[in-house]
Amino acid sequence: MLLGRTANGLYWMNRYIERAENMARLVDAGLRMALTRTQNASEEWNSVLLSAGSDVAFSQKYEDYTVANVSDFLLRDTSNPSSTMSSIETARNNARMVRTALTRETWESINEAWMSLKRMLARPIDERDLPTVLDAIKRETALIRGSFYGTMLRNEIFDFSQLGTYVERADNTARILDVKYYVLLPSISWVGSTLDNYQWESILRSVSAHRSYRWVYDADYKPTNIADYLILNVRMPRSLTFCYRFLGEHLKFLADDYGERHACHATAEKIQAMLRKGSIKDIFDHGLHEFLAEFIRDNTRLGDEIAQDYRFY
Amino acid sequence: MAAFDEMLPEVSGLRRPYQAYDRWLKEQDPARLTQKMQDAERVFRKTGITFAVYGEQEASERLIPFDIVPRIISGQEWRRLTQGIEQRVQALNAFLDDIYHRQEILRAGRVPRELVAKNEAFLPEMIGVKPPAGVYTHIIGVDIVRISENEFYVLEDNARTPSGVSYMLENRETMMQLFPELFQQIKVRPVENYPQLLRQSLAAVRPQGTKGAPTIAVLTPGSYNSAYFEHAFLADQMGVQLVEGQDLRVVDGHVTMRTTEGYKQIDVLYRRVDDAFLDPLTFRPDSALGVPGIMDVYRAGNITIANAPGTGIADDKAIYSYMPEIVEFYTGRKAILGNIPTWRCSEPDSLKYVLEHIGELVIKEVHGSGGYGMLVGPAATKKECQDFAKKLQAKPTNYIAQPTLALSTCPILTEKGLSPRHVDLRPYVLVSDRIQIVPGGLTRVALKQGSLVVNSSQGGGTKDTWVLDD
Repeated sequence: MLLGRTANGLYWMNRYIERAENMARLVDAGLRMALTRTQNASEEWNSVLLSAGSDVAFSQKYEDYTVANVSDFLLRDTSNPSSTMSSIETARNNARMVRTALTRETWESINEAWMSLKRMLARPIDERDLPTVLDAIKRETALIRGSFYGTMLRNEIFDFSQLGTYVERADNTARILDVKYYVLLPSISWVGSTLDNYQWESILRSVSAHRSYRWVYDADYKPTNIADYLILNVRMPRSLTFCYRFLGEHLKFLADDYGERHACHATAEKIQAMLRKGSIKDIFDHGLHEFLAEFIRDNTRLGDEIAQDYRFY
Repeated sequence: MAAFDEMLPEVSGLRRPYQAYDRWLKEQDPARLTQKMQDAERVFRKTGITFAVYGEQEASERLIPFDIVPRIISGQEWRRLTQGIEQRVQALNAFLDDIYHRQEILRAGRVPRELVAKNEAFLPEMIGVKPPAGVYTHIIGVDIVRISENEFYVLEDNARTPSGVSYMLENRETMMQLFPELFQQIKVRPVENYPQLLRQSLAAVRPQGTKGAPTIAVLTPGSYNSAYFEHAFLADQMGVQLVEGQDLRVVDGHVTMRTTEGYKQIDVLYRRVDDAFLDPLTFRPDSALGVPGIMDVYRAGNITIANAPGTGIADDKAIYSYMPEIVEFYTGRKAILGNIPTWRCSEPDSLKYVLEHIGELVIKEVHGSGGYGMLVGPAATKKECQDFAKKLQAKPTNYIAQPTLALSTCPILTEKGLSPRHVDLRPYVLVSDRIQIVPGGLTRVALKQGSLVVNSSQGGGTKDTWVLDD
């Protein structure tokens, strides 16, 4: 038996852990672009902020798109509710609330991540230390994930946690693609220029897939392959299909355990079916941007339905 | 007056209960002990055993300092203490039953009627209500102080929602992690089974109509409460749900909790929410921490609330001074554990005495707790005493006064070696169809040299408390 409020806490705890890490990954990709392509740096930072859903809030606070400003805003600014620091703080508050549902190892890893990041992000980050800070964030979230997977019983508590992780991850990957969808369109004349190569690499880097891409596809970056990898690949852990494979699985476990299906099951199955039968060509024909916008909407709806169906509030 | 040191009193030399520990301690490398002290702090911080301090914005989560020198009580001393505690707890429950039914003790004139009738802790809503199994106060933490080899006094009866038991358990856990060899050399009675005992005890007082195993839950005000760690800890250790008011709703005459599969009935609620917030329909209407209508369910006998609403009348500081009479009235025997002599400032003669001796006394608010709003005369400045005297004269009924006792001391480990500090003791008592006292308790220690205030909110620390199996 699980309290609705506890399920809600688990779900958001995991969404925020995922988000804390995604912010670091986005800054990492942006930083790489800024280092290699100084000329387009501010444009690149703008798309990083767009992907993070923080462009409006950022422009209210800053005028210049500099490494210092963006990384400060996305990593340590507690007035930005999605910054790594805010996310890890929210994740910990949720973990505190659902503490009785977590193993000691999981709670301690979250608590320690919070303590160590709070210390590390207490003062503005020196640009020279940025790579170290980004590594530390990824390491802390990896430790949380490790203790979580290593010690948690595979029951409803695990299911609701995973739902949070994959809804957030699918949203994140779709947003990254949507912000950059135009550089993936095959019709544009400057395809194949060096600029594109950097752009494409940046997309892959922001989902930590720039190396694995080469294991699966040719060494050359091809926009259709990149889109295919991030949308349809079954084995790429941040692809939309991968996320929905697990969302479907955990929702099914819940339906089996409780002996009851809800609206969220139908929604997840609809999205899964759409991903299963679609080819990347169909998606491009339909319009990549339209496809992604629809996906983001459906994914958000799934989250709302899960909350309602399982009495989060 | 020199305080009695429980390890090494000035007159008689090292006391028996500490002999084996002292032998071990003398063999230890001081540097290693310092290291262990730091290890202990790291363990506590990592596991998140913190408490919130009201009025301190910055350090909103602090650790209660832990001292690694155990406080040791012999089996014989413990037996005497438990007899006194059992007698007291029986009297507390009998008193509550009487106050909310026939009020014999008031009719007999042993406790003044207005002291009960005008008391905020007295709930008229509880008159005539019979709690399941007839138990009012299920979990009690009796604060005991010692002033010499054979003199123990009760300082306070915490009969509503005593806290701190999680520290008793974590302190032991930490000590066993830090010094496993000590527990092999010295036979210490275990306290680890407290959560199981608590669960059994709560199950035993379930409502009569409960079908099958009762569903138990711990009600917390939420994760911002200063004792939230403890609420979560106890729910976790008992294997029951930790609920908040927002999770609960009265459905078909029962209290239920909102789960992912719908509303599920609760039979026993171990609540860590004050009476006033328990039911907005009966008590404070602005409370979001309670359950609207829970008092109706309670009156219908469909839920056990532990501790029962209205138990505060038994541990009220004004009632406290009548405890010797109360114990004798219900048990027919003199109280085994004495009270500290107490002046009730509501009585003109006492008020006069207290005002004249303000610099020698400890003056407490009748309804205060946690060491807030009290004056320790000998430690206060003249100005503080004068200011307090004004408050006292303005509302004398609000205060009681006690002599400043030379509380016993127990050594703590400091940078310069062992050094004595004042301590008190809070053993935990469980009441169901029987009374159970876990051999141990929470020893609170004033970390400042000479200080008598042991409350964690005022800079006190804790120690592991050993009852020897001898």
